[in-house]
Amino acid sequence: MIIDHPLLGPRDSAEFTYLGDASLIDRPDWQDKKAACKFYEYLYLRDNPAGEHRELWYHEAGDRSWLVVTRNTVTHEITKVELARSVAKARGRSK
Amino acid sequence: MSDAITGGYRIDGGLIDRSTELNFRFDGKSLKGHAGDTLASALLANGVRLMGRSFKYHRPRGVLSAGAEEPNAIVALREGAFTEPNTRATTAELFDELVARSQNRWPALGFDVMAVNDVMSNFLTAGFYYKTFMWPAKFWEKIYEPIIRHAAGLGALSGMSDPDCYDKGFLHCDLLIIGAGPAGLAAAMTAGKSGARVIIADEDFLPGGRLNAETIAIGDAAGATWAAQMAGELASMPNVRLMTRTTVIGAFDHGIYGVVERVTDHLAAAPEGKARQVLWRIYSKRAILATGSLERPIAFANNDRPGIMQAGALRAYANRWAVTAASDVAVFTNNDDGHRTARDLATKGVKIAAIIDTRADAPEHANVEVFAGACVTDSRGRLGLSKVRVRFADGSQRWIKCGALGVSGGWNPNVHLTCHQRGHPVWNETIAAFVPGSVGPGGLSSAGAAAGMFSTAAALTSGAAAAVSALGEIGIKVKAIALPLAEDAPVNIKAFWHVNGKGRAWLDQQNDVTVKDVKLAYQENFRSVEHLKRYTTLGMATDQGKTSNISGLAVMAEIAGKSIPEIGTTIYRPPYTPTAIGVFGGRSRDESFRPVRLTPSHKWASEQGAVFVEVGMWMRAQWFPRAGETEWRQSVNREVLATRQSVGVCDVSTLGKIDVQGSDAATFLNRIYCNGFAKLPIGRTRYGLMLREDGIVMDDGTTARLGETHFVMTTTTANAVSVFRHMEFARQCLWPDLDVQIISTTEAWAQFSVAGPNSRKVLELIVDSEFDISNEGFPFMACGEITVCGGLRARLFRISFSGELAYEIAVPTRFGDALIRRLIKAGEEFDITPYGTEALGVMRIEKGHAAGNELNGTTTALNLGLGRMVSKIKDSIGSILSEREGLTRDDALMQVGFRPVDASDSVIAGSHLMTVGDPANAAHDQGYITSAAYSPVLSSSIGIGFLKNGAKRKGEILRAMNPIEGAEIMVEVVSTHFVDPKGERLRA
Amino acid sequence: MHDLIPLTPLGGDSAQIKEIDGLIISEMPEFAYASLAMRLGKKIGFRRAAKKAIGMLPPKPGESSKINTGKGFLTVFWTGVDQWIVEAPSETHADIALQLKNTFNDNASVTEQNDGLARFDLKGKHTVTVLERLSAADSAKMHAGSVTRTSIEHVICFLICREPSKHFSIICPQSFAAHLYQSIVTTAKSAL
Repeated sequence: MIIDHPLLGPRDSAEFTYLGDASLIDRPDWQDKKAACKFYEYLYLRDNPAGEHRELWYHEAGDRSWLVVTRNTVTHEITKVELARSVAKARGRSK
Repeated sequence: MSDAITGGYRIDGGLIDRSTELNFRFDGKSLKGHAGDTLASALLANGVRLMGRSFKYHRPRGVLSAGAEEPNAIVALREGAFTEPNTRATTAELFDELVARSQNRWPALGFDVMAVNDVMSNFLTAGFYYKTFMWPAKFWEKIYEPIIRHAAGLGALSGMSDPDCYDKGFLHCDLLIIGAGPAGLAAAMTAGKSGARVIIADEDFLPGGRLNAETIAIGDAAGATWAAQMAGELASMPNVRLMTRTTVIGAFDHGIYGVVERVTDHLAAAPEGKARQVLWRIYSKRAILATGSLERPIAFANNDRPGIMQAGALRAYANRWAVTAASDVAVFTNNDDGHRTARDLATKGVKIAAIIDTRADAPEHANVEVFAGACVTDSRGRLGLSKVRVRFADGSQRWIKCGALGVSGGWNPNVHLTCHQRGHPVWNETIAAFVPGSVGPGGLSSAGAAAGMFSTAAALTSGAAAAVSALGEIGIKVKAIALPLAEDAPVNIKAFWHVNGKGRAWLDQQNDVTVKDVKLAYQENFRSVEHLKRYTTLGMATDQGKTSNISGLAVMAEIAGKSIPEIGTTIYRPPYTPTAIGVFGGRSRDESFRPVRLTPSHKWASEQGAVFVEVGMWMRAQWFPRAGETEWRQSVNREVLATRQSVGVCDVSTLGKIDVQGSDAATFLNRIYCNGFAKLPIGRTRYGLMLREDGIVMDDGTTARLGETHFVMTTTTANAVSVFRHMEFARQCLWPDLDVQIISTTEAWAQFSVAGPNSRKVLELIVDSEFDISNEGFPFMACGEITVCGGLRARLFRISFSGELAYEIAVPTRFGDALIRRLIKAGEEFDITPYGTEALGVMRIEKGHAAGNELNGTTTALNLGLGRMVSKIKDSIGSILSEREGLTRDDALMQVGFRPVDASDSVIAGSHLMTVGDPANAAHDQGYITSAAYSPVLSSSIGIGFLKNGAKRKGEILRAMNPIEGAEIMVEVVSTHFVDPKGERLRA
Repeated sequence: MHDLIPLTPLGGDSAQIKEIDGLIISEMPEFAYASLAMRLGKKIGFRRAAKKAIGMLPPKPGESSKINTGKGFLTVFWTGVDQWIVEAPSETHADIALQLKNTFNDNASVTEQNDGLARFDLKGKHTVTVLERLSAADSAKMHAGSVTRTSIEHVICFLICREPSKHFSIICPQSFAAHLYQSIVTTAKSAL
């Protein structure tokens, strides 16, 4: 597959390693009252759609940036590629 | 009409080079051919019609086609380790001294004992192995299956290592054109003139496609001449790459194509060092499928005799290769195109016995008798066709003598690649064929016969138009080139798939599948096209059903009373044609399978005669044998004792080293490690334990603080890459506002462990005097930037894996070789001993340090006896889920040590622990041993591992079981720290 | 001064050079390297320091800059978000990391990489013919100064175009030097 890196342009997906659902960005608050339950859901429960999927790819053989790729798991069509850092910040990740 | 047949099978004309004569051998017989011949054309030229025996029934077979779709003329090409089985004689270019053998026959092609299968055919129909040879059940594996397997099969591998080498490669283009026939050449010239980057690939050695096989004119020139001119011009254009002998084997995602170029297969031998084939990954923005079409036969009883071939092949052999398969030929067709064969061969002086046309309104033919509304019902001539029986429109039948029969049931557009991404082709009633569907690989369009446009004029115009359209989509404006005139005959065809009657009518000639087998599949209720394929094996041979798939499903449609589109096609998959496994491997084989990484002291260690071991990609010294040592354990024991008694030195450069900097570096490390790092003083090192988010231990190491905002982390050798990836994830995705930067520095530093009671004394001779490395000045776990040997910058860490007084000293890698030599020299008076990974492993087991075997992906900090290290007062990865009930049970596994009760026993890693008296099964499993070694210090084998509730079971005697080898020993549970349990030597 | 003798990445006393059909493959050990990473919230200070250290803003993704320091040429190339590598002749800039740290201070994290990287140059004829069998990078289209990270026979390297179609540098992690050099030579012998 070809992943259109926001900074480097089209790159072969062979340069990347795949982690999984982009929901891994939303790590729960360790001090939450229901932390144990929330961490369990965060780590183990997935929708696994046949269709559009937002997922994390790491450009290991490239610039080492993490990307959020919106890809159709049935057709492999990739419709969006974003720097994961930007997505994380937009979702409120900080310190 | 000239008398062009000179008593042999060669005729005038053709595209062969008569000035070169080539010698070759087939089944031991010496024959001659010309440059430009294929093995098949040369065999036909020598009057050889029998070229193989079929898979199941061992029926004598000849060549059916003149291309890659060939099902029958499958040979073993070349000899010895270079032998390639199942090579299609139709695409094998003839070279001088070529050697080929027919396959699947014993003792000889002309007399094959296994032809008895043909007599037994009623018992060997489709799916026979589901119905016969069933009883008794135990006979299947030992008796029936081996016999059947031995009797079937095509070629055989040489069994020897592939002596050729293969390359990989990567090409980029705006437009990839697949096929260099008239459509492809027109597209390539149109695109090339625009300046776009064009690649045009054709599997043949001569560009031109069908133009080389036909007598069609393009403008004023012969088609083949026009093709050669176009190819020559294209080859001279700097932005166009014309690749011949190159097959596009697969259409992958997003415009990526897998392509195999055969670089030296047409030569007697590959020149030294040259890759035999190259696997190219082609990145294209757009692609055009111009792969033409493949002729399909009409099935009738005994339609598989040598001499019966595609009508198009019969005239290809005549027009391109100047060969006639026989002196008298007939044509059996359901469409106008078949008549071309009669016309072309007659022009060359070959006698045409008849044209048998299934259509009542078949066109007439000057000088040749056309039997309209007729069909062929049988043939004779076991080792070579001698006559065919014709049933005329009035129902009467008569035998007609002929040595070859050209059959045309129509043409199937070669849609393979358009269906590689689960697309399906679409049925076109007018041409009675499937054409590419609307859903296929992105950016791939089709032109010419591949798109169902069969005339030469249509090929040219659609090819040029496809190039204009494709380039237009990517913003390159181009006009179609001016195209010369060419024939534009319409397709006149009446679908006709098989002749009803007695006798077996062959569909898949390679896998021996008949019309009767399709009927049987229907009867047994295997009616979907996918079931038809698997039940009968139609289309599953090395030719992937190129001449039989469509006919087979058409027959099923007829039987089922359904339309052809209702039956549909099976899934097409890469590779398009058989591909050597070696080309997929490229250079990654044998010693080069993985890169080899060398440590800074490798040269020196080799000089010492070290024995090396692969640790991932690294070559590390495993031990350093000395003169007189006959067994490895002697060396390892010596290295351990020498280090513990005086001083030893070991290259530890392979461990991952990561520079962690930034104003939030300490905070970041605090989140990554489960134990505290925020308050680590400058100049101190600390052991760090890293958990996965699920609470399982991921890795461990030591992190040194060299400055307020500067840390150096080490990881295990094996996990260096994954830890770095994990840290980047945390840095970019979890806490993007922390000011922290991480850089890998594994390679930049040569690092040596200097360990033993005299280690400080040795280092004092190396470290420059202004640095205080006394016990007080540089205590246990200290670190710092220093200089050595008169000013070389270095780093010193007082950490110990062995449990002895120890340091790790790092210098820039280029000085690693010089440093080890200097350390050896400086340590001479203390008998400094180089030690390798074995001794390193023995010492850490003696000390009870956890390493890779213990950090096995299922163990927690608690299991390692480090439960208290997981801080509860800060956020760190893994801390929350490490407290899950299942991981914190009372009887959780705990790391302990093991000693054999009988000192002469060896502890075996992997042994499972059972309480004496309990049944020895999984339900009663108490734990397992992870690491074991012979300890020369204790003169006993020892081990460490995990035991349920281990901390409270010291002194207990357990069974250590090794059921795989049927062995067990008794072990005593002891402390995991065998040597210096109080850590006094560390702090000396 | 210390008297320890350095080895080249290929383990020799001096650089190895090989010529195959007009293509020159040479080991280039006389270069020092440093990683430079901008610290968070320090963009202004970083840029000021960059102008001081290299006379210009650091290059964008996929690019490198060549700077004449008067004492030799520095090359700065982009390696990741807010990250660059600085390449300098080791004869005059062996302590390039220290020099950079002194200029950037707490605006950047600097890491010495002198011996972490090994450089091999491909110069002369057929550079692209060989590179297209080694790397997925579109070397035919690279302009002077283009930089990309690419995998060559399983080794992750930097590929820098010094002069289009005529001069490229491949920079790999030091421990892979022998494997990479062997791969380049074997492929050149096969392709040419």
